Amino acid sequence: MNMETIRELQAYGYIFFTIFLAVILYSYIYHLYRDEKTGTRNYEKYSNMALNDNINDLPVEEISPLNKEKE
Amino acid sequence: MQARDALNYDYSVAKCFTYSTILFGIIGMLIGVVIAYQMAFPELNYLAGEYGTYSRLRPLHTSGVIFGFLLSGVFATWYYIGQRVLKVSMAESKFLMIIGKLHFWIYMIVILTAVVTLFLGISTSKEYAELEWPLDIGVVVLWVLWGVSIFGLIGIRREKTLYISMWYFIATFLGVAMLYLFNNMEVPTYFVSGMGKWYHSVSMYAGTNDAMVQWWYGHNAVAFVFTVPIIAMSYYFLPKESGQPIYSYKLSLLSFWGLMFVYLWAGGHHLLYSTVPDWVQTMGSIFSIILILPSWGSAINMLLTMKGEWGQLKSNPLIKFMILASTFYMFSTLEGPIQAIKSVNALAHFTDWIPGHVHDGTLGWVGFMLMAALFHMAPRMYKKELFSKKLMEAQFWLQTTGIVLYFSSMWIAGITQGMMWRATDQFGNLAYSFIDTVTVLIPYYAIRATGGLMYLVGFLMFTYNMYKTITAGKDISSEPQNASPMSA
Repeated sequence: MNMETIRELQAYGYIFFTIFLAVILYSYIYHLYRDEKTGTRNYEKYSNMALNDNINDLPVEEISPLNKEKE
Repeated sequence: MQARDALNYDYSVAKCFTYSTILFGIIGMLIGVVIAYQMAFPELNYLAGEYGTYSRLRPLHTSGVIFGFLLSGVFATWYYIGQRVLKVSMAESKFLMIIGKLHFWIYMIVILTAVVTLFLGISTSKEYAELEWPLDIGVVVLWVLWGVSIFGLIGIRREKTLYISMWYFIATFLGVAMLYLFNNMEVPTYFVSGMGKWYHSVSMYAGTNDAMVQWWYGHNAVAFVFTVPIIAMSYYFLPKESGQPIYSYKLSLLSFWGLMFVYLWAGGHHLLYSTVPDWVQTMGSIFSIILILPSWGSAINMLLTMKGEWGQLKSNPLIKFMILASTFYMFSTLEGPIQAIKSVNALAHFTDWIPGHVHDGTLGWVGFMLMAALFHMAPRMYKKELFSKKLMEAQFWLQTTGIVLYFSSMWIAGITQGMMWRATDQFGNLAYSFIDTVTVLIPYYAIRATGGLMYLVGFLMFTYNMYKTITAGKDISSEPQNASPMSA
């Protein structure tokens, strides 16, 4: 393969990855906001995991009903 | 619920690692100050025969602060934060307690043996990976034990979702495991060819390949030891100490994945203008610049967490330590990408500006965050008030001044050095010989060493404050919810 072809392929690769990675990035941001809007998840309440972290504080999200029964 | 009423978090392993953080902090920083003065006053190289030379001590300084001070701090905070955000006590699992203690003791044996062997001059000569293969096996064992501890605790957790700090701790575990294994692939020479002592080895890679693996490792050691676990700490300790929720939890997630993806490609910037392929160099530069985004995402998130609560900077020195740490994080994650630009690197590479940059991050970001973390943990682990707020304030200003002296002298020294190296006369001959640059730089070396000394004295003040807190602090009846209690 000559140098010109290598350079051309590199340029196509560069464009492809730039677009691909930008799409991934914005899709992830969209996913975060959509989940909050549709009520699937409230990310911001997870901050309370650090603020209310005594052993007797209620978990922000209990792991499973099974564990709750054990207690 | 009744079963948990009698339950408390068990900090015995966190306490052990707190002591080792302080011990290795003193050793590592003391050696750092000694070698800094050796550069200003070369006769100091001859104080202790071969054991006191710069070349013998330098790997001890770097390994001491990275694998001694910093990793101890990472482990101490993990054994503290891990239980709290997963809402499960180490006391609930005998197995995890044994693993935790084993983790600590094997860690101590490995690191103390590392100190002895490096003093003896036993080294693979790979920067930040100087330990010979028997010790590398020890490192693998202690790392696996840490992994068992992390995933074991996660396995018995009550909190369903993993808090953002957990993600960063897991990333530290996985990242370092991968990097350490691949960069330390070595061939024991005695067993393969009968050459050298039984503990000697050579790298499995050669030439340019070795350089690429080495700097993929070297730069990501900065990523996964200096950055990722410290972000884990700041996402826990800053909200907890200030009582403020993280400004944007979503931003913390976005920054996390951004950092994970981008950091691994940036190592090539250590090899600009060398024999590695051109595209590796360009990629290293580009990814280093993109790194500003996830780094600043975390740093800005920390600063904005204090929105409307800036008054706490006045009343609480721990907040001051953490905010300065975040500020230094922003500062060094801007400086690093600037240095990774090819044309800037042509001037900056191999000059004193580089260690200047590293120390912005390590002294300002890592050191301040770690000390603030241990100060925050102490009243909760020992049920005592912090011994002295005044001493903390004095330490803060002494160390901040020390860092400013350190980086400003290294900026001037580095740029002077780089300019002198490339200066030519009208015929294209080099204008200066190497020794000319050394002579010019000596005053800056003295300033740098003094800045380092101030930081070390500050660290001794921190040690004294911690010691007095543990032994003579006022008892507290209940655990503070947010701001750590401290005597004037």
